[in-house]
Amino acid sequence: MDQGIPIELTVNGRRRTLVVAPRHTLLEVIRDELALTGTKECCLVGECGACTVRLDERIVDSCLVLAVEADGCVVTTVEGLAAGDRLTRLQAAFLDHGGVQCGFCIPGQVMAADDLLRRNPHPSLQEVEEGLAGNLCRCGCYGQIAEAVLATAAGDPEGEA
Amino acid sequence: MSAVRVGDAPRRVGGEARVTGRQQYVADIHLAHELHVKLVTLPVARARIGGIDTSAALALPGVRFVMTAADLPQPVPRFGPQFRDRPIIATDETKYHGDPVAAVAAETKDAAEAAARLVRVAWEELPAVTTVAAALDPTAPLVQDPAIRPNDPLAATNVLREHPVSWGDLDAAAASADLVVENVYTFPMVTHFAIEPHAFIAAPDGDGIAVWSSIQHPNWLQRVIAQLLDLPLAKVRVYAPDPGGGFGGKQHAKYEPLLAFMALRAGRPVRLVLTLEETFQAVRRTAAEVRVRTGLRSDGTLAFEDIEANYLIGAYADIADRVVGKGSYPACGPYRVPAARILARSILSHTVPSTAFRGFGNPQVNWAVESNLTEAAARLGIDPLELRLRNLARRGEAFIPFDTPCDGDWEQTVRRAAELIGWNTPAPAGRGRGIALGIKSGPTTGLSYSTVRLLADGSVVVYAGTSDMGQGARTVFAQIASQELGASLDAVTVVMGDTGVVPYDQQTSASRSTVLMGNAVLAACRDIQAKLRSMAARLHGVDEAEVVVDRGVVRLRGRELPIIDVLKPGLGSLGGELIGLGEMRKEADPDHPLGGTAAFFEFNCTAVEAEVDEETGDVTIARYVTVSDVGKAINPLQVRMQDEGAAIQGLGHTLLEQYIFDGHGRIRNLGAIDYRIPTSMDLPVEMISEIVENEDGPGPYGSKGMSEGALLCVAAAVAGAVRDASGVVIRDLPLTPERVWRALRDRDRS
Repeated sequence: MDQGIPIELTVNGRRRTLVVAPRHTLLEVIRDELALTGTKECCLVGECGACTVRLDERIVDSCLVLAVEADGCVVTTVEGLAAGDRLTRLQAAFLDHGGVQCGFCIPGQVMAADDLLRRNPHPSLQEVEEGLAGNLCRCGCYGQIAEAVLATAAGDPEGEA
Repeated sequence: MSAVRVGDAPRRVGGEARVTGRQQYVADIHLAHELHVKLVTLPVARARIGGIDTSAALALPGVRFVMTAADLPQPVPRFGPQFRDRPIIATDETKYHGDPVAAVAAETKDAAEAAARLVRVAWEELPAVTTVAAALDPTAPLVQDPAIRPNDPLAATNVLREHPVSWGDLDAAAASADLVVENVYTFPMVTHFAIEPHAFIAAPDGDGIAVWSSIQHPNWLQRVIAQLLDLPLAKVRVYAPDPGGGFGGKQHAKYEPLLAFMALRAGRPVRLVLTLEETFQAVRRTAAEVRVRTGLRSDGTLAFEDIEANYLIGAYADIADRVVGKGSYPACGPYRVPAARILARSILSHTVPSTAFRGFGNPQVNWAVESNLTEAAARLGIDPLELRLRNLARRGEAFIPFDTPCDGDWEQTVRRAAELIGWNTPAPAGRGRGIALGIKSGPTTGLSYSTVRLLADGSVVVYAGTSDMGQGARTVFAQIASQELGASLDAVTVVMGDTGVVPYDQQTSASRSTVLMGNAVLAACRDIQAKLRSMAARLHGVDEAEVVVDRGVVRLRGRELPIIDVLKPGLGSLGGELIGLGEMRKEADPDHPLGGTAAFFEFNCTAVEAEVDEETGDVTIARYVTVSDVGKAINPLQVRMQDEGAAIQGLGHTLLEQYIFDGHGRIRNLGAIDYRIPTSMDLPVEMISEIVENEDGPGPYGSKGMSEGALLCVAAAVAGAVRDASGVVIRDLPLTPERVWRALRDRDRS
């Protein structure tokens, strides 16, 4: 079997030292080793976006990143977004604008939308749709998710948690 | 926080857990000492299974055992919601690409996956049928062993069943028709593509078994497992965490029976999480070829419909034959049709077992029949909207004889959609418009129980066996309880998905839960209100008849008290609680072709404005209007989400999605790269959804079921707009750019 390789990650602000299999993806380590199951597994080929996490200053499909590649990086998962029980304005806006149905894609959507707003605090609708095109939602909540992102950008008072 | 009202749009119950990642789906649950399971499949649809050599797999560290048909009771037990035709694991031969022949159990996922690749199966490819024509060929191999349906004259063919429905005098009607339009339409195989792949866990549980599944029908699964293991129902506990999308693909048992046998063999929990590719090989929508002959008089009045619908189901029936029967039954649409002949066939094939999928067999025939109406309108020189309105059933009209009459003001819905798309104004240059109507028969039978507990502090626990797979059932039930018992929404808990504590519910399907379970929850709340009435009468020395409990308050002799002011003294020093029981039944009618009349109809009108890129064949939807008659929206935001989501899902089979097979019956586009579902870049430029609320449904406060209506007629509306914009008529879905481009080229050549 695979020889384990030691890595060090900062996950949601906490330093984690792990020994990982060289073939394991960041997604597998997040879900199976760190038990952070908010990050979801679906397509495993980087098409659905359900496994989106923040890796240093960018978001990645964690199914496409080997855990060893993330050695020394800062990882933020959906569990690391809200401070304690308080939702971020973006998370609250997802609920207020009806962006959530079954919810399985939502951790990925929220991570991608959070990144979009960091890079572009005042996106147009087209920029939101392009920015979230890598996150599939079979419930078809795209319109409501875009509304939530735009409302957050506009400082929607409804979005206060 | 005060009580919410029906008609409000509070945040989704369970929403916070979903945006923070705390929501636990089956794959997120781990049991101590669990084993990981990986399925072994063959790279071919149909093969004779020879020897299975597991030695190399078993030699891998961490591998505990490999389960094959030989390790099961003989003959291998079979299961299925309609026919007990599906073996727990393939025995003797595989019948479709993905039919598992063995399953490895190992200490780690890695070991299970590695071992699955080392299981050596000797197999010999056999001819497979994957199309309607091939399956109906008299020399075709039989998909199903005829012994599965003894005494059935069709058992020696690949036709599992025929579903004939007719009324009126077709010959006489045909003689009166001025125009007959006859065409064949095809609808592709598509898959549910829930973002949550199916996941299953089974574990020995005392002298019984516990099963976790992303299932829509936990009580049905409980029955299947109990039958297979010969256990009392009380010894089978099914946990059904909220599915991450169902759409019908999670209604019935798939690999839970296999996992149950493996758990008992291991004496430990076993888990199986499918890959997305494996879900393509587990569930799909029934494909169809539909021949339609529509007869009309010159004024556009319908004379007859003659419909032959060949549905291609898979290798095992699952619920697909019911899909065919129930989906084809309202094939003539919401119209006054004097004479009709509908013949639908369920045709077995060596493909993935097809199952329920949002719309339940209706979108296939709707695509054909509505498209044929658009063509008839063009040939008669009548506006397609006008032609539909001329024939549309009015409230109370028995448009399908012997069934529930028209139960809404459907014309209102159609006129609103036409207004929103601007039907009576010319389309902008380069654009065309299409309009179509969709109808679906609601549940024909049903049984839902609910228990509601009003706790000593006025908070409420609702028990409901519905699965909340995104449609928002939890929120709907919580809103009903909040309104009836006066608790704020955050003081209401809805418990679902555990057959050990939640009372029986028949199923979560056919857009039934707001109506059937909703009524059961309402009845349970009213049961508590009755107890509060007698409590108040006793406390205040008045007659029960003088007490009214309404919307969280108790009224007596001109006074109005919050429920808690009656509850606390009424319960007394020991505290306790009030328990209400609610039951809702939709009785069967054994003489009805479907076994029961429609509890309600889902009715939708979709209108589309589209443009076609003449160079590439790409279809852009500029405006999309969907209007549904929902009776009453208990949560208008959730209704909008369901309608728009259904529309977008419908755009998938209309424009993008289809399985592609090779000569070995293998699916060549498994997974998210080669099979595209709509993304945020595939949306209509403008999406408008509205509802009609006349409070005329059988559900709480006049609600009707509504989760499928907006998907029914998407394809016909879009194709109508493409036809109007470009002049090309396409009768095969999906309307891919290639297909549209070819049609444009043919148009220019002719």
